Amino acid sequence: MESVIARITRGQFWDFHGGIHPPEQKTLTSTKPIKQLTLPKQLIIPLQQHIGLEGDVLVSIGEHVLKGQPLTGSTNPMEVPIHAPTSGTITAIKMSVIAHPSGLEQLCIFLDVDGLDTWRKRIVCPDLSLLSNHEIIEKIADSGIAGMGGAGFPTHIKANSKPDINFLIINGAECEPYITSDDLLMMEQSIAIVDGIEILDRLLSPAFILIGIEDNKPKAIKALQQATKDNEKIKVCVVPTKYPIGGEKQLIHTLTGQEVPAGQLPIHSGIVMQNVATCFAINEAVRHDTPLIRRVVTVTGQALNKPQNVWALIGTPINFLLEQCEVEAIENVKQPVIMGGPMMGFSIASDIVPIIKTSNCILVPSKKEMPSAFEKESQEVECIRCGQCSDVCPSNLLPQELQWSAKAKDHPQLQKLNLSDCIECGACAYVCPSQIPLVHYYRIAKAEIREQHQLDLKAEKAKVRFEARKMRLEKEKIARQEKNKKAAAARKAAMNKATPEATGAKSAVAAALARVKAKKAAQENPEVTKPVDSAEVSTVEVSATEIVNDQKSQVAAAIARAKAKKKLKEASAQQSEASTTNTEPNKISENNAETEQPTDQKSKVAAAIARAKAKKKLKEASAQQAETKNTETEITTVTENTIGKETIPEKSISEKKHTGKTDLAKAGKHNSDTNIDTDTDTNTSDISDISNANITNTNDIASELVHAAIPAAIDKKAKMAAAIAKAKAKKKLKDAATKESAAILLNEDKKDSN
Amino acid sequence: MAFWIASSPHNHNHTKTPNLMRLVILATIPGVFAQWYFFGWGNLIHIGLAMITALLSEFIVLSLRKKPIAHHLLDGSGLLTALLIGICLPALTPWWISVIGTLFAIVIVKQLYGGLGHNPFNPAMAGYVMLLVSFPIQMTLWQPPLSLLTVDLNFANTLTTILTGFTVEGYSVEQVRTSIDGITMATPLDTLKTNLGLGFTVLETITSPVFGENFSLGWEWVNAGFLLGGLFLLTKKAIAWQTPVSFLLSIFVCSFIGYSINPDANPSTMFHWFSGATMLGAFFILTDPVTGATSNKGRLIVGALAGLLVYLIRTLGGYPDGVAFAVLLCNMSAPLIDQYTRPRTYGHAKGEK
Repeated sequence: MESVIARITRGQFWDFHGGIHPPEQKTLTSTKPIKQLTLPKQLIIPLQQHIGLEGDVLVSIGEHVLKGQPLTGSTNPMEVPIHAPTSGTITAIKMSVIAHPSGLEQLCIFLDVDGLDTWRKRIVCPDLSLLSNHEIIEKIADSGIAGMGGAGFPTHIKANSKPDINFLIINGAECEPYITSDDLLMMEQSIAIVDGIEILDRLLSPAFILIGIEDNKPKAIKALQQATKDNEKIKVCVVPTKYPIGGEKQLIHTLTGQEVPAGQLPIHSGIVMQNVATCFAINEAVRHDTPLIRRVVTVTGQALNKPQNVWALIGTPINFLLEQCEVEAIENVKQPVIMGGPMMGFSIASDIVPIIKTSNCILVPSKKEMPSAFEKESQEVECIRCGQCSDVCPSNLLPQELQWSAKAKDHPQLQKLNLSDCIECGACAYVCPSQIPLVHYYRIAKAEIREQHQLDLKAEKAKVRFEARKMRLEKEKIARQEKNKKAAAARKAAMNKATPEATGAKSAVAAALARVKAKKAAQENPEVTKPVDSAEVSTVEVSATEIVNDQKSQVAAAIARAKAKKKLKEASAQQSEASTTNTEPNKISENNAETEQPTDQKSKVAAAIARAKAKKKLKEASAQQAETKNTETEITTVTENTIGKETIPEKSISEKKHTGKTDLAKAGKHNSDTNIDTDTDTNTSDISDISNANITNTNDIASELVHAAIPAAIDKKAKMAAAIAKAKAKKKLKDAATKESAAILLNEDKKDSN
Repeated sequence: MAFWIASSPHNHNHTKTPNLMRLVILATIPGVFAQWYFFGWGNLIHIGLAMITALLSEFIVLSLRKKPIAHHLLDGSGLLTALLIGICLPALTPWWISVIGTLFAIVIVKQLYGGLGHNPFNPAMAGYVMLLVSFPIQMTLWQPPLSLLTVDLNFANTLTTILTGFTVEGYSVEQVRTSIDGITMATPLDTLKTNLGLGFTVLETITSPVFGENFSLGWEWVNAGFLLGGLFLLTKKAIAWQTPVSFLLSIFVCSFIGYSINPDANPSTMFHWFSGATMLGAFFILTDPVTGATSNKGRLIVGALAGLLVYLIRTLGGYPDGVAFAVLLCNMSAPLIDQYTRPRTYGHAKGEK
C-alpha cells in the first residue's frame, strides 16, 4: 500500500489500456465564472432522479411550498427525496418528458415559482463534532443527495458502508470534452469541497484520500492543493488527460493500479469513489442544512452565443437555460441538444426536459463543430477489421468482434467476449473509420440479452408451472377414473341389490310383461276390446320410459312383443312360462348395466328380429311346423356360433328374406337405423359388434324367439297389437338414439367396437 | 428549433475508410517512382490497366449485387488492389495478364465473398498467385533494370511490348531481356536461386550485373521507396506497427541464422530485406487489416509467421520469391490466431477471458 502512495507522491500513475484524445473544447466555458441565473417561471421536478425508487409525494396540487421543502419522502433506503428548489405553488403532478435517451415520460411535479425564494426554516450546524455519524448520514439522506457524476447512486448508502476502506477517491477528472462544471466548482468552491471530503473521511475513515484531477485543469488543481495543504491525508493526484480516465474503473486503475474485478463494485476492493460535486453537496447539506436543489451545469456548444457554467435549479427546463445562454436561431436543421458530453451524453427529445441531479452539461453544437451529430443517415460502411477500436477500448475488449456478434445476434459469443464489461464510453465508435455506431449496437445487444434473460426466467417459471399442471391434471384424471369406476360398480351393485329403485326398474319390466301376458290372455277372451289393448301397450311404454335405462325398456318391449306373440300362439294361462320371462329381463338388465352402449344396438336388433319373427309368424301358416323347426335350428346355430360374429345378422337377415318380401324393406330400414346410431361404416361390422358384445343376450332372445316360433293360432288382434308395439318400439328407438348420442362415452364405444 | 435524436458518441474523429485507402495509395508513390526510374514504364502501364479493369469489374459486380455503386466504387479499396497487382507484375508481361489478375482479384476474391471487409484473402496477392501458377511463362518475364538493357525501352516501346509482345523496332520480349553477352537476365532472387541450384556460391553469383553494387540493382531502391512509404504510414498511424516490424525482424533473424551457418548458400540479411517484394509485403500487403489478425499479439504472430514462410520459400521452395504465398497462408491462419490472442478484459483474471 505504501508503494502506491510513494508512486502517487512521485506523480507516477498506472496507465489504463486504450483511451482517446478528442478535442476538449473546454475553454468555451472554463474561463468564465459560474453564473447565477434569474428564477425561471416554472420548474418541472421529476420524482426519480437517481438509481433506486421514487418516494411518495408529500404535497398536493395547489399547495404552496417553501424553498428546500421536501416534496417526496419514504422510509425505503433506496429512496432519495426531492425538494422544492424555490418557493412557489404546485400546479400539477403529471407525466412529463424527462432526461432520458428515448424521451421517456415520468411523473413530475410542476412548480410555479412565486419569485420570493422564501426558505423553509434551516438549522445551520457550524460544529460537526456535535453530530453523530448516524445523524450526518441521516442529513445526507434527507437532503436528497445522489451521485452527481452521472450514475446517481444514493450517496447515503455509499457513505454508510463501513468495511475496511483503503481508498476514498474523489473524482474530479472530468474527462469528457466540453464539460467544465466540476472544474469551475473546484476553482470556486474548493474549501467547501474539502469540507465535504472531510465529512466523508469521518464517515468512512479510509486509509487514504485521493483526489483525481486531469492535468488540463491547472486552476482547479491549484485551488484544491491550496485547500488541502493542511490535511496530510488528502492527496491531489494530477493524472494525464485521456478520455475516459474519469470512468470509475479507469480512475481506480490509474491511481491505485488495481482493477475492479468484473461483476463487483469498488467497495468490494475497499475503494469508494465520490464526485467532487457530490462532496460539495454533502457539505451544503450537513453544515448549512441545504438540500440538493441546485447544481452547476455547463451550457456549451458553438450554437450558443454565451456558453458558460450556470447554477441551475433542479427542474429548470432546458429552454430556459438555452435562452439564458443566447442560443442562435437555428432554422431548417435538426439541431441536436445533448445532455451530457459529446461522448456519452444523449440527445434529448424536447426543450422542456428539466435539469436533474445528474445533469452536468447541456451541449448545443453547431453543424460545423460536430457534423456527425447532424447526420441523418448512418454513414456506416463495412468493418475492415482495422482494429483501431480495440486499440482505444479502455476495457480491453474487441469491439470489432463484438460488433459482428451483435449484428449476428450471437448472444453466447457476446457474453464470451465480455460485452457486459463495456462501459459505453464511445471511444471505439469515435475512432471507427467505417463510422460504425458501435456503442449503439452494443446497447441494443445488451438490451436484447437482458430481455432474453428475463424471457428465459419466465420460460423456466412457465415450465415449472406447466409440469405442475400436467401432474395435477394427471392426478385429477386418475381420480376421475377411480370415481367413475366406483360409480359404475355402485350402479351395478344397486341394480342387483334389492333397493327400491332397482326393484322398481325390474318390476316395471315385469309389469310390462305381465300386462302383455294379460293381454294375451285377453285375446283368448273375446270380451277384451281393442282400446284396452292399446291402453295396455301404452302403459308398457310409460312404464318403460320411467325406467332409467331406455335400451332396457326397448329390449323389454321387444321381448314383450315376442312373448305376446308366443302367448298368442300358445295356449292361455301358462304360468310356468311367465316365470321364465320374468327372469329374462333380469339377465338383460344385468347385461345392460355392464355394457351400456352396445345394448342400444342390441335392443334394436332384438326389436328388428322380434318384428321380423312376428311377421314371419303372422304370415306363415300355423301348419308350417317343419319350417319353424328349420328356423329353430338356424337360430340355435346362430346362438352357438355367436363367436363367429357375422352369422347372426346374416342369418337373421336371410331369415327375414325368407319370411317375406315386404319385411325386407323394414328390416333394411332398421338396419340403416342401426347404422346411423352406431356411426360405423358397414352394416356387418355394426351387427358383429353387437353380437360380440351381447353373446348371452342374443342367445336369450334367440332362444326366446325359438320358443315363440311354436306354432299357434293366428289372430287379427294379435297382428294389430304387434303392429302397434312395433310402431312404439320404433319411436322408442329414435328417442333412445338421440338420448344415447349425448350420453355415450366415445371411448367406451371405440373400445367395444375394437 | 427541431430536436434531433442520435445515439452517442455524437462526435467522431472524422476518419473514413476511403481516406485511409487514399493514404495508402499515396504512400506507394516513392516505391512506384523508384520502379519507374529503374525499370521504366512497364509497371505504370500495368497499374493503369489494372485500375481500369478494377473499376469496370467492380462497377458491374456492384450493380449486379444492387449495392450503392458510387459509395463502394470510390472507397479506394479496388484501386488499391489494382495498384498492388500492377506493382507486383513483371513489367513486360502481356496486357491480358494484369486484366485477368485484376478481374480474378476483384470479382472472385473480393466481391464474391461479400466485398470490402468480407474477403478472407488479400485480393491482390490471391490474384497474383493465380497468375503465377496459371501463366508461369508470362509471369517470369521480368525486365532487368534499364541500365542493363541494350534496347532503349521508352514509353512507346514498353506499351507495344505489353500489347503485342514486340517493341516498335520489332524486338521481342526475349531479345529485350537478353544482355550484351547473350544471357537472359532475371531478377536477382531468380538468378540466385538458379545459380545456387547449379552449384554456384552466393559470392560467385552476386558478381552478376543484376545484383549491382549493393544487394540488387534497382530492386534495393524500389524496396527503399516502399520502406519510406511504410514509415510514412506508420507515422500517420494508418497501419499497425506490429505486423511490419515482426515480419522484417523475422526475415532478419531467419536469414541471419542461415547466413551465419552457411554464407555460401545463403545471401545476407540485407539482401533479403531489399530484394523482391519484402518491403511492399511488409508495409502494404501484410498490413491489410481485412485479411490480417486484429489483435496486437495476433499481428505480431502473423508478421513473424509470414517472415519465416518468406524465408523458407525463398531458400527451400520452388519459387524465387514467396511473399504472395506467405501472405495467403497467413490470411488462412489469421482467424485462428485471433481466436487465441484475445486480450484480457479489464477486471477479468488471466485465465478467464
